[in-house]
Amino acid sequence: MAPAITLAAEAPTLSAANTGFMLICSALVMLMTPALAFFYGGMVRVKSTLNMLMMSFISLGIVTVLWVLYGFSMAFGTDSGSLIGWNSDWVGLSNIGLTELWDGYTIPVFVFLVFQMMFAILTPALISGALADRVKFTAWALFVALWVTVVYFPVAHWVWGAGGWAFELGVIDFAGGTAVHINAGAAALGVILVIGKRVGFKRDPMRPHSLPLVMLGAGLLWFGWFGFNAGSWLGNDDGVGALMFVNTQVATGAAVLGWLAYEKIRHGAFTTLGAASGAVSGLVAITPAGGAVSPLGAIAIGLIAGVVCAMAVGLKYKFGYDDSLDVVGVHMVGGILGSLLIGFFATGKGQSDVAGLFYGGGLDQLWKQCAGVFGVLAYSLVVSAVLAFLLDRTIGMRVSEDVEVAGIDQAEHAETAYDFSGAGGGAARTGTLPATPVAGAQSKKVDA
Amino acid sequence: MKLITAVVKPHRLDEIKEALQTFGVHGLTVTEASGYGRQRGHTEVYRGAEYTVDLVPKIRIEVLVEDDDAEQLIEVVVKAARTGKIGDGKVWSIPVDTAVRVRTGERGPDAL
Repeated sequence: MAPAITLAAEAPTLSAANTGFMLICSALVMLMTPALAFFYGGMVRVKSTLNMLMMSFISLGIVTVLWVLYGFSMAFGTDSGSLIGWNSDWVGLSNIGLTELWDGYTIPVFVFLVFQMMFAILTPALISGALADRVKFTAWALFVALWVTVVYFPVAHWVWGAGGWAFELGVIDFAGGTAVHINAGAAALGVILVIGKRVGFKRDPMRPHSLPLVMLGAGLLWFGWFGFNAGSWLGNDDGVGALMFVNTQVATGAAVLGWLAYEKIRHGAFTTLGAASGAVSGLVAITPAGGAVSPLGAIAIGLIAGVVCAMAVGLKYKFGYDDSLDVVGVHMVGGILGSLLIGFFATGKGQSDVAGLFYGGGLDQLWKQCAGVFGVLAYSLVVSAVLAFLLDRTIGMRVSEDVEVAGIDQAEHAETAYDFSGAGGGAARTGTLPATPVAGAQSKKVDA
Repeated sequence: MKLITAVVKPHRLDEIKEALQTFGVHGLTVTEASGYGRQRGHTEVYRGAEYTVDLVPKIRIEVLVEDDDAEQLIEVVVKAARTGKIGDGKVWSIPVDTAVRVRTGERGPDAL
């Protein structure tokens, strides 16, 4: 985020342009959660499509409410011990003036808090991709509520909150490479190490059921990401937001090329899933870095992210952990790459005057980046694993093996994603009567 | 009567339908099927994970004919279905005891 404007003479005044821009950016970031749902939903098998969509979608409900109740206060309130914030005026958003400006900026507090709310919603949704096909919906909903409370809100404070340790140390995280992507990727790794693999992992084919859905999701993510990245400067008075916008596009394009080139050489084909995954890896990698590097630097970061993430998604087969949709391979690895590459590619002419190794700077920024990366990674991994362990021991994290094999959609959501058969439906005159209705539900017979 | 069944490549369906119409067949049933014979499946790659797809998509065509037409009709189908490459499929016939037209209740060859 932008350093507070420090012109001592004049306090910032409300900018209608920045306010309007930031409200649109907030809506763009909101779109990323359903986009992610499609991206993930297309990658699972038919029988668990709805569950995958719902794991993301439920975050729009749970985290929205928690953010209003206490999340914003915890993440951005007055610092205690460099670890956590609190501001009782912000609990329930009950005592915030409509024209009260976010400290040092030109936008109202209400605009800042709704923009940040969308980040808090997206981050737990990212984790869900690693847990495909096998987690009880109630357990997941509880996990989301607990995880944002003990992991996301504190980590957002560390990285972006005034007084947070990473923020004060000078770790650069423009839009969430550490707070969002490394955080979610490490959490995913922690949880899957506790709950284990899907039935049939490495034995049964688990092909994506709809690549067009994946492509749609990736495209919408790319679109929403402009709000996520460019909006993170909270205004555009000095052009850094526009630099971020450009670099978002540039790195993502380069990452598509990087992933596809690796894939063509290694596996012999340019795949659709590779193009979509490459785009996301580039978006992740440029997220922390885009305000500090040049467009050529963004091309380098994108290419590196595309190739390295394409290699990283194979690791799960080697090590035998079931990161179902490669949250670790894409988000954690991509986030680490972007965060560390700042230490090499920062030009010193973007968001700060600190230059990276390739631009005449020393190792100073690189060490700071390492501290941010590994601090967040270790905390998120351990606490997420403990949360998953506690939930597993109490209410149980996983559905039964029978349910998993038959398909989690029917058991957990009482629906199926697609009606493939046009047969039936005309039996009103001579068919059997509907079964006795269950309490509260109208029962109709469907032969499928 | 005979029931002629053909399991063929999907993209030959229109040719076969046309040939059967020219021959004078009034009705047929088509089902999407999958299977394999000498033509084996193919490999697909998703994020580097290779999957062998054993079952190849095919079309299954069924036609009821009078005994005298059976041999000739098989020839017509085979000719229209053939590409000369592996995986062209199979055609076979089996005897049928009876057939009923549901609307009128007509039986035997009248029902065709």
